[in-house]
Amino acid sequence: MSKARLMQGNEACAEGALAAGVKFYAGYPITPSTEIAEIMAEKLPLIGGTFIQMEDEIGSMAAIIGASLTGAKALTATSGPGFSLKQENLGYAIATEVPCVLVNVQRAGPSTGLPTSPAQADVMQARWGTHGDHPIIALCPSSVQECYELTVKAFNFAEEFRQPVIMLMDEVVGHLREKVELPDAVEVVERKKPSVSPDEYIPYANNESMIPAMANFGDGYRYHVTGLTHGENGLPTGKPAVAEKYLERLTRKLDPYLDRIQLYEEILLEDAELIVVAYGGPARSALEAVHAARSEGLNVGFFRPITIWPFPQEALEKYAGRQFLVPEMNSGQLVGEIERVVGRRQVQRLNRIDGELITPDQILQRIREVMTHVQ
Amino acid sequence: MFSEIAQYFRTEALPHIWCPGCGIGTITAAIVRSIKTLQLDQNNVVIVSGIGCSSRMPGYLDFNTLHTTHGRALAFATGIKASRPELDVFVIMGDGDASAIGGNHFIHAARRNIDLTAIIINNSIYGMTGGQSSPMTPHDKRATTSPYGNLERPFQILDVAKAAGATYGARATAFHNQLLTKLIVNAYNNPGFSVVETISQCPVSYGRRNKFKTPADMLMWQKEHAVMIGQKEAVGEDFSIGEIFKSEAPEYTGEYAKLRQRLKGE
Amino acid sequence: MAKQQFIFSGTGGQGLILAAIMLADAAVLAGQNVVQSQSYGPEARGGASKAEVIISDEAINYPKVQRPDLVLSISQEAYKKYGLTLDEKAKLIVDDTYVPETKPRSRNFYSLPLTKVTRTEFGSEQSANVVALGAVAAISRQLSLEHVREAVRQRAPKGTTDRNLKALELGWQLGVGALNQA
Repeated sequence: MSKARLMQGNEACAEGALAAGVKFYAGYPITPSTEIAEIMAEKLPLIGGTFIQMEDEIGSMAAIIGASLTGAKALTATSGPGFSLKQENLGYAIATEVPCVLVNVQRAGPSTGLPTSPAQADVMQARWGTHGDHPIIALCPSSVQECYELTVKAFNFAEEFRQPVIMLMDEVVGHLREKVELPDAVEVVERKKPSVSPDEYIPYANNESMIPAMANFGDGYRYHVTGLTHGENGLPTGKPAVAEKYLERLTRKLDPYLDRIQLYEEILLEDAELIVVAYGGPARSALEAVHAARSEGLNVGFFRPITIWPFPQEALEKYAGRQFLVPEMNSGQLVGEIERVVGRRQVQRLNRIDGELITPDQILQRIREVMTHVQ
Repeated sequence: MFSEIAQYFRTEALPHIWCPGCGIGTITAAIVRSIKTLQLDQNNVVIVSGIGCSSRMPGYLDFNTLHTTHGRALAFATGIKASRPELDVFVIMGDGDASAIGGNHFIHAARRNIDLTAIIINNSIYGMTGGQSSPMTPHDKRATTSPYGNLERPFQILDVAKAAGATYGARATAFHNQLLTKLIVNAYNNPGFSVVETISQCPVSYGRRNKFKTPADMLMWQKEHAVMIGQKEAVGEDFSIGEIFKSEAPEYTGEYAKLRQRLKGE
Repeated sequence: MAKQQFIFSGTGGQGLILAAIMLADAAVLAGQNVVQSQSYGPEARGGASKAEVIISDEAINYPKVQRPDLVLSISQEAYKKYGLTLDEKAKLIVDDTYVPETKPRSRNFYSLPLTKVTRTEFGSEQSANVVALGAVAAISRQLSLEHVREAVRQRAPKGTTDRNLKALELGWQLGVGALNQA
């Protein structure tokens, strides 16, 4: 490990991207994610990469997909209003299976909302913001160190699974400065390139891995990429049988890899009667509250989904039958998943939507109430 | 003859979706002939399109082809070109695609003067959705969404391109096929953002509503109203064809390469 | 060290966020865990500005200051918001130019000529933030001058290092002097 230093969450995200091998960034200024663009503008030309400030959020998403098709690891960053605009081409990247990473430093909405205040308002938009059935990966860091580590992972997942990955940050971690210790080297995954000749290349092959090899534009493998439903050869199809085969693979392509994709953290769960499920910035308040509750003799534990999509349901299912408390900085989004997994009657909500970080005291207060009720 | 250019087509993707009498087919042939004339390496050519009738073209062509979202072709192409400038990137757009939903990307691609060859196939209508008026539908002409005649004024897209900073603008028609081929070659050779507007015919969605009885009538209209630039002024329904403007300006990817070089020196 | 919580409060443009970052840097150099955060309005200049630093040798979960150990206020408004109600066990530092009206406290109160000293030394108010940092660091008794000096060296904008190091010394001396008087 190299020496410790102070770093901001957005900066750690940019550094993680660089460590993962990012070579292209397209973006549009938006609070509270702009630092990522500024760092990329400074650093990418120094390493032979390219930064471009596009005319809008839609164009930024389009440009990173274009760049990724030429073989470059590509990144964009935004916040709620821009995330809405990016949904169109996010769907395109999913349908065409083009790897890329999209950072969303969430702020309070709806609409322009509270631009400098934190929120977890885009949890459901990350899952279903773009139209049509589709797989998605969304990672949710709780610390500056994790902003770095998960950005590396986001690129690795994107490249390995030919899948856009969303770094679903929030203003709390994005603008927080914290001590980090960055490793000298990280594990970096490269996309699988075709091992066959151009004549034999099937760009959207339905192979066992569910993840077709991807050729770069310009490398001699001429193929077609379209947002239309397409067959294995990449050409559009209207045939139900071909469409079904494509969509079956597309929507289930992550299934064989879920145990590697679904990351989570468990603390003090063994004897916990009440489990606080929290993610992102507010998970820090939750953990502090859990420790405080323990010091009062309350059997409380902590479960933190790090990957929120696909939601780590099997990990949580083990604790079905216990009580759950889900603090979120929205009016209740991820809580729906927890209710789905462990049953609605087992789950209490705690929501804060005024643009202030939920406090440990707020959570502790609810823990006490719930525990009294349990006993 | 098709056999001369067959190597550039994905024959397995044919037949195409275009209606009988549509101008896109002959324009496709002109684009392919210009690539043949330029002797470009097929592996090095990227063809990007948006959404609409004309945007189906790349699917039929044997290059690196990208059929994107409505209006966004230039933004995707910008990512491709900026990331890998040695690729030869052509962008195919329809009039609605380029000038309405894609209008912002269009003016900024022009402003950057990024080395893309943009071909706008202007058939004055949204064809794929059944004949709605576009920002390039002439005033007073009929469309399903302007059933009493178009109240709006159309864009002169080459004026827009020039004002926004493009360094090459030309116009031809589906009828003037050889001229079109030559202009696409010249557009490609211009080191910057180049636009070729191609007047085309949509007999089904535009012609029928605007007193053109047959596709041939529409081609005749193109022949009669096209005026070679420099020879005669275009008045009334007439329009200029040929090289409309040409200039020099720094090109985006070249400037970026210089920046990288400069930073290396520091 | 036990958890120490700092608030730097004033007006946007005074450089308080940078001063807080420098304090946090110094804590990292001292081998401590640290978090630093800020809140501000949409204005780059003139609105209320607040920066927070938490230093601890244990893991810091909740990243916001709950019970400050030290508050710095460089505007009357900030003083009203964070200083007036501050527990007397916590230290309160105000600038005597921008916080002219204060209520007496029995202890831990330091009204210092941060702005005046900066003006006298440099002919302008630039670097007053680092003078304030020096005073905060000295009065907190949590960090060594060497660590803070190194932090200033790391973060000072290009070409301002010498000036800012000088500013730090001035502030540190003000702080040490105030502690001796108390």
